Amino acid sequence: MASHVRGLPLVAQAEGVAAGQWKSRDLVEAYLDRIARLDKRIGAFLLVDVEGARRKADIIDKRIAAGESLGPLAGVPVGLKDIFVTKGIETTAGSKILKGFVPPYESTATARLEAAGAVSLGKLNLDEFAMGSSNENSAYHPVRNPWDLERVPGGSSGGSAAAVAASLCAGTLGTDTGGSIRQPASLCGVVGVKPTYGRVSRYGVIAFASSLDHPGPFGRTVEDAAALLEVIAGHDPMDSTSIPQPAGRYRQASRAGLSGMRLGVPKEYFQAGMDAEVEAAVRAALDELGRLGARLVPVSLPHTKYAIATYYLICTAEASSNLARYDGVRYGHRTAEASSLEELYGKTRGEGFGAESKRRIVLGTYVLRAGYYEAYYGKALRVRRLIADDFVAAFQQCDALVTPTSPTPAFKLGERASDPLQMYLADIYTVAPPLAGVPALSQCCGFTKSGLPIGLQTIGPALGEEAVFRVAGAYEAATDWHRRLPEDPA
Amino acid sequence: MPRINPQEVREIAILARLRLGDAEILRLTHELDGILGYIETVQALDTGAVEPMTHAVPFDCPMRADELGQSLTVEQALANAPRRRESSFEVPRIVPGTGVA
Amino acid sequence: MSSHDYEAVIGLEAHVQLGTVTKIFSISSAAFGGEPNRHTDPVCLGLPGALPVLNRRAVDMAVRLGLATGSRIRSRCRFARKHYFYPDLPKGFQISQYDEPLCEGGVVTFRLDGEVKQVRLVRIHMEDDAGKNIHDPSGVSFVDYNRAGVPLCEMVSEPDIRSADEAAEYLRAIRTLVRYLGISDGNMEEGSLRCDANVSIRPRGESKLGTKTELKNINSFKNVRDAIEHEIARQKLLCGRGEAVVQETRLWDPDHGISATMRSKEEAHDYRYFPEPDLPPVVVDETWLAAARAALPELPEARHARFLGLGLSAQDASVLVAERQIGDYFDQALAAARALPKKIANWVINEVLARVADARQLTDEDVPVPPAALAELVDLVEKGTLSGKLGKEVFGRMWQERRRAGDIVAAESVSLVSDSAVIEAACRRVVERSPDEVARFRAGNAKLLGFFVGNVMKETGGKANPKIVNEILRKLLA
Ligand SMILES: [Mg+2]
Ligand SMILES: [Zn+2]
Repeated sequence: MASHVRGLPLVAQAEGVAAGQWKSRDLVEAYLDRIARLDKRIGAFLLVDVEGARRKADIIDKRIAAGESLGPLAGVPVGLKDIFVTKGIETTAGSKILKGFVPPYESTATARLEAAGAVSLGKLNLDEFAMGSSNENSAYHPVRNPWDLERVPGGSSGGSAAAVAASLCAGTLGTDTGGSIRQPASLCGVVGVKPTYGRVSRYGVIAFASSLDHPGPFGRTVEDAAALLEVIAGHDPMDSTSIPQPAGRYRQASRAGLSGMRLGVPKEYFQAGMDAEVEAAVRAALDELGRLGARLVPVSLPHTKYAIATYYLICTAEASSNLARYDGVRYGHRTAEASSLEELYGKTRGEGFGAESKRRIVLGTYVLRAGYYEAYYGKALRVRRLIADDFVAAFQQCDALVTPTSPTPAFKLGERASDPLQMYLADIYTVAPPLAGVPALSQCCGFTKSGLPIGLQTIGPALGEEAVFRVAGAYEAATDWHRRLPEDPA
Repeated sequence: MPRINPQEVREIAILARLRLGDAEILRLTHELDGILGYIETVQALDTGAVEPMTHAVPFDCPMRADELGQSLTVEQALANAPRRRESSFEVPRIVPGTGVA
Repeated sequence: MSSHDYEAVIGLEAHVQLGTVTKIFSISSAAFGGEPNRHTDPVCLGLPGALPVLNRRAVDMAVRLGLATGSRIRSRCRFARKHYFYPDLPKGFQISQYDEPLCEGGVVTFRLDGEVKQVRLVRIHMEDDAGKNIHDPSGVSFVDYNRAGVPLCEMVSEPDIRSADEAAEYLRAIRTLVRYLGISDGNMEEGSLRCDANVSIRPRGESKLGTKTELKNINSFKNVRDAIEHEIARQKLLCGRGEAVVQETRLWDPDHGISATMRSKEEAHDYRYFPEPDLPPVVVDETWLAAARAALPELPEARHARFLGLGLSAQDASVLVAERQIGDYFDQALAAARALPKKIANWVINEVLARVADARQLTDEDVPVPPAALAELVDLVEKGTLSGKLGKEVFGRMWQERRRAGDIVAAESVSLVSDSAVIEAACRRVVERSPDEVARFRAGNAKLLGFFVGNVMKETGGKANPKIVNEILRKLLA
């Protein structure tokens, strides 16, 4: 059994459990075994809930044996980015300031996953408060890319992407604010989906930048990601920005083919700065999509060059606000000695936050100050509108956009750590969709000569997840990239 | 001309209640100067008539009925408190009235 | 310049706690008091990942307050985050309103010494309340978040107030108004009505505003008057000495009757407002407004004017308007009685109000003398069936025994003797045994009539109708 879960798609596991072919407990043990053997080298997990996973798997198995009909993910082992609050299970957001925090409530997305029968194996590593593109900002330990342990898995959902790539979970949840699902999916060669803003509830997702945070799934295949999204999507009255429309039929869309679709190729996404191998792989993917029956249309998103600046203005402002609650009073880290309030706050936060969090808190505080608001945050909100309008205009001419996900494949640990601006600029292809709130997916479209995965991004109009899944599903069906697996580390 | 100096970073850190060391202040000043320089590219864009986009959703604020739900127990509320006494959170002495509403 | 040559310029920021069942953005109880941290949930504790969901009744209450003060209600308003650090503020920001508040403009009307005063409002906005800090003699403090998230309306006035008395009366008017609207109990002692004051002085005739100070912690009507009076005196003293008033926030110390600097202008907060990303814009449409408007009660000032029109004195009108339930009681009694409004008012003020601890309970089901019962009694007195004195006795028994006036009168023959034959017989007995007084009366000592009346009343155990006694005595003594 143990060797069987490597590379085994989540939907196949769900079918196997439902058919009585496999026990959930066996799947859980197989993954726990892999985690015990391999995760020392990868570092995808912050917490493995061995007992909880076994207990839940046994319950599922009992209910199946009793002939009960369970949810669509019954018995499937999954992992959760440690930014989803989980009742009774430590939740840290990758930060020292939340070390030891055991939430008294459960996030909507993880509650839905559990209601569908999925079994959580534990909490996955991330950049602190989801701020980063390499997972090096985790306060606990970095995550290594299963394709090359010297390289980063991307971020901020680095643990979620690496866990799927290394077959440490059947599927995982992550969050994407400026690319935090799609970029690590790209760097780890798996499928990652950032749905329409509001499609998946943010209730119980520790906030980084509220108007940009998008929870979403990772899967080995497009259909795996679709199956996870079908479960976690849909209206939630606990999130006032949750969209009222019910979840779509994404698995079906992923099998529907793309004949007749017009795919936009935005010229701004194919300019200088892109790695040659990445460009070659993405252009080859465009050709493949053409062969499959799509009509490729050149389009323009003229405000793309402002997207990174706009993104960092908005996300740092919102982050500085969202991180104000970590003060050492109600939960989390508190400095050992404080004789005044000022000392309590200053020391607790100075000790508890890592360098990137501090950088963003300071920048966000700076741009929101009296007298600076209009020039910075107010300006960014207006440019954000222009960027969103670009997408509306582009979708007049096409059904989806196809672009690279990341300008480079996975880079080495430490390589960009000393230059935050360079790190920010690498988000060039991923920041605009969250600004516009439109759905986007990354999947593998090839490998570099040195064997690193390359990501292809498909972007749909708001509420147009089905279009994204049609393109990605058709591409995946016609190619073999998703079948390649990294060697298990020794 | 740098866009930001260490004294400003120090003031912002106080506003954000972050105690930073001198080396941290200097490093942050340098990094923020670079980032602000990049960010200022948006300043060139004419956005005069553009409505700010504060939310990515097109609908109005939903509202709920004024009905009681499941509260936390006192123990749940205080379970994560670094310091407590009985049913209250403990903090260093507060100078009365210094808060605002 | 003497201190009389200065006038005070005062603006108030009043915080009204709305009387909802649950908090403004979450589902735990908004009830006052109880064990610390008994009424919390992930949202009001500011737990990571929690999100606000707006309570519709809180918005409706704020809309009613806006309509009642004649404010413009925005069809689309917005919440904003207001940042500062304080232990009672769980999220590190308050969810308030900034550049697009629910209500703008409007006016609060009240009467002071018989004169109608109007204070204009800048705005009324919605926000969530903070928790409560408890200061402990041991040198640490404690925090209780039961109050965190209770809905507030902040009413910001224009600097239209000119004296401490006016400020206190303005605040009383707000309390009366919110009680009329049923949106708050306006109780300053429990903190459901709180107030900060901005105070400055300027030479009389000057239109420019002087440097203002902000006074905090003035949380009773007495404190409002004392703190503002003290601040005006302090500023006049400074100006008299040629010293400048410093812009600052001062904390009122009610125990010592003084104020002290809390923070200077330089230490002022930078709240870093920005639109609350977790809450889309709030829309209040015409249908909602129309329903809220239709549900408004008669407001205190309109009622006051109507009561004056009924011939009541200004003082009586004020008493009857002070609480909605008093006026309602009066109106119901008036509707059931034949007596004049003035007479009903006297009974309500002197008898009914004297017997209730809280006038707001007057319209309760179990009030011992409901309005219709009072009306019956007043009519019996006005008809002459009972004297005023007897009437009061009967009222006392009605209140004690929860019986109607008619029952008491019929069952125990406490009614006034109006039988002329009985009264005439008593009058004759008195006249016959008092020949001296009769002679002196007839000689012109008219005051002696009282002597005869008094004796007749004694003869009849106080039950004779005084009107008939007078008529018969005048005839017999003529
Ligand atoms: Mg205020
Ligand atoms: Zn306020």
